[in-house]
Amino acid sequence: MLLGLQGATVRFGGRAVLDAVDLGVAEHEVVCVLGPSGSGKSTLLRVVAGLQPLDAGRVLLEGRDQTGVPAHRRGVGLMFQDHQLFPQRDVGGNVAFGLRMHGVPKAEQQERVGELLELVGLPGAARRAVSALSGGEQQRVALARALAPRPRLLMLDEPLGQLDRSLRERLVVELRELFGTLGTTVLAVTHDQGEAFALADRVVVMRDGRIAQSGTPLQVWQRPADAFVARFLGFENVVEATVAGPAADTPWGKVPLPGDAPQGTRTVLVRPAGVRLVPVGEGLRCTVAARTFQGTHVAVRLQPAGAPRLEAACPLRSAPEVGAEVGVEFDAAEVVVLG
Amino acid sequence: MTSRPTPGVRSNAARLGLMAVPVAFFALFFAYPVAAIVGRGLHTDGTWQLGRIGDVLAQSDIRHVLWFTTWQALVSTALTLLVGLPGAYVFARLDFPGRQLLRAVASVPFVLPTVVVGTAFLALVGRGGLLDELWGVRLDTTVWAILLAHVFFNYSVFVRTVGGLWAQLDPRQEEAARMLGASPWRAWRQVTLPALGPAVAAGALMVFLFTFTSFGIVQILGGPAFSTLEVEIYRQTSEIFDLSTAAVLTLIQFVAVGAVLAVHAWTVRRRESTLRLVDAAVTARRPRGAVQWTLLAAVVATVVVLLLLPLAVLVQRSLDAPGFRYYRALTEDDGGTFLVPPIDAIGNSLQYAVAASVIALVVGGLAAAALTRRDAGRLVRGFDALLMLPLGVSAVTVGFGFLIALDEPPLDLRSSWILVPLAQALVGVPFVVRIMLPVLRATDHRLREAAAVLGASPWRVWREVDLPMVRRALLIAAGFAFAVSLGEFGATVFIARPDNPTLPVAVARLLGRPGDLNYGQAMALSTILMVVCAVALLVLESLRPGERTEEF
Repeated sequence: MLLGLQGATVRFGGRAVLDAVDLGVAEHEVVCVLGPSGSGKSTLLRVVAGLQPLDAGRVLLEGRDQTGVPAHRRGVGLMFQDHQLFPQRDVGGNVAFGLRMHGVPKAEQQERVGELLELVGLPGAARRAVSALSGGEQQRVALARALAPRPRLLMLDEPLGQLDRSLRERLVVELRELFGTLGTTVLAVTHDQGEAFALADRVVVMRDGRIAQSGTPLQVWQRPADAFVARFLGFENVVEATVAGPAADTPWGKVPLPGDAPQGTRTVLVRPAGVRLVPVGEGLRCTVAARTFQGTHVAVRLQPAGAPRLEAACPLRSAPEVGAEVGVEFDAAEVVVLG
Repeated sequence: MTSRPTPGVRSNAARLGLMAVPVAFFALFFAYPVAAIVGRGLHTDGTWQLGRIGDVLAQSDIRHVLWFTTWQALVSTALTLLVGLPGAYVFARLDFPGRQLLRAVASVPFVLPTVVVGTAFLALVGRGGLLDELWGVRLDTTVWAILLAHVFFNYSVFVRTVGGLWAQLDPRQEEAARMLGASPWRAWRQVTLPALGPAVAAGALMVFLFTFTSFGIVQILGGPAFSTLEVEIYRQTSEIFDLSTAAVLTLIQFVAVGAVLAVHAWTVRRRESTLRLVDAAVTARRPRGAVQWTLLAAVVATVVVLLLLPLAVLVQRSLDAPGFRYYRALTEDDGGTFLVPPIDAIGNSLQYAVAASVIALVVGGLAAAALTRRDAGRLVRGFDALLMLPLGVSAVTVGFGFLIALDEPPLDLRSSWILVPLAQALVGVPFVVRIMLPVLRATDHRLREAAAVLGASPWRVWREVDLPMVRRALLIAAGFAFAVSLGEFGATVFIARPDNPTLPVAVARLLGRPGDLNYGQAMALSTILMVVCAVALLVLESLRPGERTEEF
């Protein structure tokens, strides 16, 4: 393991912001920590960087305990949320900063700055003032600056947080390619699941200072660990249910399950695609409460009598109008028993 | 736990390291002399005579002095705020032809020594002054001469401290308030004023302390009728030789100043916040509308009438004899007032001022760096207030304390030239800290973290991130320290040796002697002092980096 956290705990005034977190990042792995604001994910990065002392536990880099090692000797890179470019230096001065700190000769600095700016798609920008850069350009300069000293671990705090959507989608792809080419080990935090899934080899979901789930994007997406993770990923059809045999007893009635489901009182998730609309009279009777156009499909909110709302994904053409009465049936392939 | 130092211990050690020099400096050259003089005054015949305090306060003339000291300081501060706030606004936010020149002119008075200000107003409103000649108006027997001179002196302190920050406040904050429905006035009141609050409070506090402890101006313009605590302490020590009364007065001043500083520390801490600072060069706009043009005209008129006129009259008076007679007289060794030609005072003053500025910058810079640390606790904040004390404690006390405390082993500096710069640096340090602190505190902490993560040690973080941010403040602080030391009068008058007078001391001695030639020489030497200070300031202004420096 390149990075290891063992029982990492940070308390702010009695409240545990990081609560006995254990986490490992292997070399060349890209790990994305995903969580709502206040879940402790930025603190996690600050702990690894040496900017935030631990109240308990250890940080190991390449197996060595980092307790007492100050930030500037840890050899990790951190890209800050709002970039924190040095305003009084130009682009080249910013990118070269870490090289200067490490005593790299001037000529080599220049060469490396040129390379990096090329790499992040800003060739020849070394003399530009950082105040004259757009948000996306600042983000690229911040990335080049963090990469310049060749950190053994690169950490990104909400790397694309402030950028507009199309730029974000493009940069996520570029970043993924870049990290692949360079073989960089990356620990990123974000609150945006799309970003995390697109970027990461492994996703770690955090909640209240603890790790709620860890796995590949596909694993996390397909089998959220619990109701919190499922809801955080945007799933709304999550309920407590009693599982008996091949079906779950839910407020929505009997829901069929895929084979070998664990039995007993469980949390059940029904993906929107698993909510099939059928003519009124068949299945569960619902009223259409709202429709949201989502590009490839329409998300339809359905209100059954005396049960929580359901979300269904409908093809563009066949989506019912608000106020219409419909019937609902469930597709076992899209139902997951959590935990 | 491991045996390695935890980050907490490490940062404590760093903080103590930063604070060691300032603390030692203050203990040795401030607390020790002050303790010595208080002991000399109150501790007589082997016992403490604390009843003296009541005795002194019971004297009606002392109560009169106290009352006058307080109300003239309050009125001077109010007048300065009234005139200074529009000035700060105009210099920070309006862009007009001649702005640089006007700013430079408005900056001059602050670096002028109190002695020069006193002499200039004497030449304008005193006996045989310009107004006396023209209309028979004399103000030197009224309090107005003192108040006007105080506003003259403090106008630029205020405009510089407040205007400097104002120019760097992001105007978009106010625009955001406007978009939320605030009128221009409300947007200013709700957004800009709170952001300026600490700077305004600090500026007003400085003005109050300067005027509360005013010495040179009152000494020259006050005559026998008006006396501040400071003048009274000087009178008691050097004319009446009543040390115990002087000591009691010092204690009273100590308490009053301590109270003001405590209030100040409290208000500043309540409002402390990280401000969004932008480049000062991009915030100024061309004046628009009647209000802005009126403000601009008013500020220009203020600068011309209040600031330029007295100085012009001073220069005119110094030339009021054929063939530069007053200036030529300065080079002659008359063997009377001084042991050397008065002109030698220039070299002495410059030499002392350079040494004093270096000391003040080192001590003040270290103190400001220690105070900026995020983990600064109660103790450190207390130190903040302590640093301000020399501002409020009478300079006369400092000088006199130096004289009686530092003249015997283990610390015998009586015959050393460093004595004068040390005293002047003591007065300069609070300025350095006051100027550096707001800028250091306003620097986004994450920039420092970004540098640390890129491999910069704490020292390099300071050099690479803080220093470029504060370079301008540092230069201004150096200018202040230099000017303060050039003009320092209250302490220097005690410890400058007769064969090594500084410029202000020489001017005061010349004014104290009768006759036209001495008056004219005082005017001439005062003019020279003014020019030296103005040149120092202009050099600093030109050093100020206007564009980005390229390190790469």
